[in-house]
Amino acid sequence: MKNTIKILAAAVVMICVVSCKKDSKPNYQFMPNMYEPLSYETYGDYGIFPGGQEAMLPAEGSIPRGWMPYDFKNSQEGYLLAKDTLKNPIRYTKENEDAGKELYDIYCAICHGGKGDGKGPLVQREKILGVPSYDDIGRAITEGSIYHVMYYGINSMGSYASQTNEHERWQIVQYVQKLKADLEGKTPRIDTDATPTVVEAKVEEEHHESTEDHSNAH
Amino acid sequence: MKQVKHRNSASKILILGTVFLFTFFNPVFGQDEAAVDNAAVTEASSGGDVAKGEELFKSLCAACHKRYKKAVGPALFGVADKYDRAWLYSWIKNSAAMVASGDPQAVAVFEEYNKTAMNAFPQLTDGDIDNILAYVMEPKADPPAPVPGSDTASGGGESSGVSANVILAILALVFLMLVVVLFLVNKTLRSFAEANNVELPQAEERTPIWKAFIQNQFLVMVSAIFLLLASGYFVYGYFMQVGVDQGYQPVQPIHYSHKIHAGDNKIECKYCHSSARVSKTSGIPSLNVCMNCHKSISEVADATATEEYSKEFYDGEIQKLYKAVGWDTDTQAYTGDTQPVKWVRIHNLPDFAYFNHSQHVSVAGVECQTCHGPVEEMEIMYQHAPLTMGWCINCHRETNVKVADNKYYEKIHKELSKKYGVDQLTAAQMGGLECGKCHY
Repeated sequence: MKNTIKILAAAVVMICVVSCKKDSKPNYQFMPNMYEPLSYETYGDYGIFPGGQEAMLPAEGSIPRGWMPYDFKNSQEGYLLAKDTLKNPIRYTKENEDAGKELYDIYCAICHGGKGDGKGPLVQREKILGVPSYDDIGRAITEGSIYHVMYYGINSMGSYASQTNEHERWQIVQYVQKLKADLEGKTPRIDTDATPTVVEAKVEEEHHESTEDHSNAH
Repeated sequence: MKQVKHRNSASKILILGTVFLFTFFNPVFGQDEAAVDNAAVTEASSGGDVAKGEELFKSLCAACHKRYKKAVGPALFGVADKYDRAWLYSWIKNSAAMVASGDPQAVAVFEEYNKTAMNAFPQLTDGDIDNILAYVMEPKADPPAPVPGSDTASGGGESSGVSANVILAILALVFLMLVVVLFLVNKTLRSFAEANNVELPQAEERTPIWKAFIQNQFLVMVSAIFLLLASGYFVYGYFMQVGVDQGYQPVQPIHYSHKIHAGDNKIECKYCHSSARVSKTSGIPSLNVCMNCHKSISEVADATATEEYSKEFYDGEIQKLYKAVGWDTDTQAYTGDTQPVKWVRIHNLPDFAYFNHSQHVSVAGVECQTCHGPVEEMEIMYQHAPLTMGWCINCHRETNVKVADNKYYEKIHKELSKKYGVDQLTAAQMGGLECGKCHY
């Protein structure tokens, strides 16, 4: 009888020890001061910040390095103006097209479809409906309107300015133009001119800087 | 018990029979009803084809309009009664021109919806628009009534489950009764023996086993060594897992299912974690990224709900997102009243180790799943890899550097492969084991 009580007690202790390990809590650390930084950690929860969140919006009026103002307004007039006047500053090269495809497949293809026909996985699963094909004649998209819509979003489509930088957006514009040409049965534009334009060189430079800036900000 | 089973199967035959009968009658009734319905619809909407309309509506209109709910544009149910049909034709084909020409009704709608211009649809004929209107004017369908056939089927499945349980219970009961009977028989036999003065053989006194054990010194020595080794093994194992958070699965403020987003809907990892491409940290997406889709997806489909998580549960989680981001579903606008979502960080390297996402994701082209595991199957996110130094080193030793189309590596790769005498360099041979690469 005594033995059984002892065995039971040991079992209870063992169960208690084992059940102390919970997956919803982080494990113990040998020397926490080697693990935990003194500075505020990314996404950390610190009372000193508004809402207790380390992640905050940048101070009002701050400008990321290499950022250039986008002059078109987020309105119907701005849209029409961009559609008519805004042109792609980068050259239509194979490299830019490939880079554009990679980005397009990440950000756009989920709704607009790999071919730009408006039949992406989310549309086929009827999660999001009414995504137009790029050759829709009612919209008649242009370089400028594609960029403008990516920058501000339009109707149900959100803005992609936070996920891409200027250079990347123009690469996507090139790829969307290629898809549009494919849908319409035209030959997509590829620049073969060897001399790069001045604007192009400038945007390249900005691209490098803004990527750097990204890594600092996060 | 047997009798009950018998009765059950009899009632099953009865139900099956009825279902069988109904399967013959149903289609007949169904066709009749459908025909009546169709006739009613064609009368009401002056010759529109609902099915064609649905297709057009979903491909063209549904981006901004829902039938029974306001979205970017107004809810469209009842729109054919509200406006003149000819006016609708010209509005849908080119609304901007109507607003510009100063049509009072057109201007009123344009003003009401914050001067959001509706796209022009010159490709639609009047017939197409009739079809769309026919679809739009369909009254909201009630949730489908449960089909009697499917009901009995599921009932049958349940009863078979129950019967298995019943059989188990009966077996257990029989076993228990056997034990009791044996005990009772033993007791009675003993009392009989006592009454008849039969002497039962007595077990003779022996040295207890623990005393015998202590007397055998060799055995004590061996077991002591064994015990020490075993405890050493377990203590080592315990200390090695301190600080390792493999399997860490905290409760997040919003139940975000990677399984639904990355698995079922096949959204790219980098769609939301876009900074993994270009920065050290693969950031947690800000809420505007959620709203890219959830602006129009305010509730989950019925098929999304699982046994564990109901549709109401998932819808509630989307409401949490709306509350945090300050989105008013009635006015379809941001209120400006926001709250932070305090996500709990899962993957966290100690401060003395440097890791850069863009180096691995963009340069090396490593799949996210290599380190983060089958995220697309995780209903609740957890840490898949141990994230220990040995684990990093192991991968660096085994992984070849991706040098194709990368001019950066061209020269160094040529020289190093000559030095090591190999075609393909691993990350370790490129210096991926140097201390200073990660600890500085």
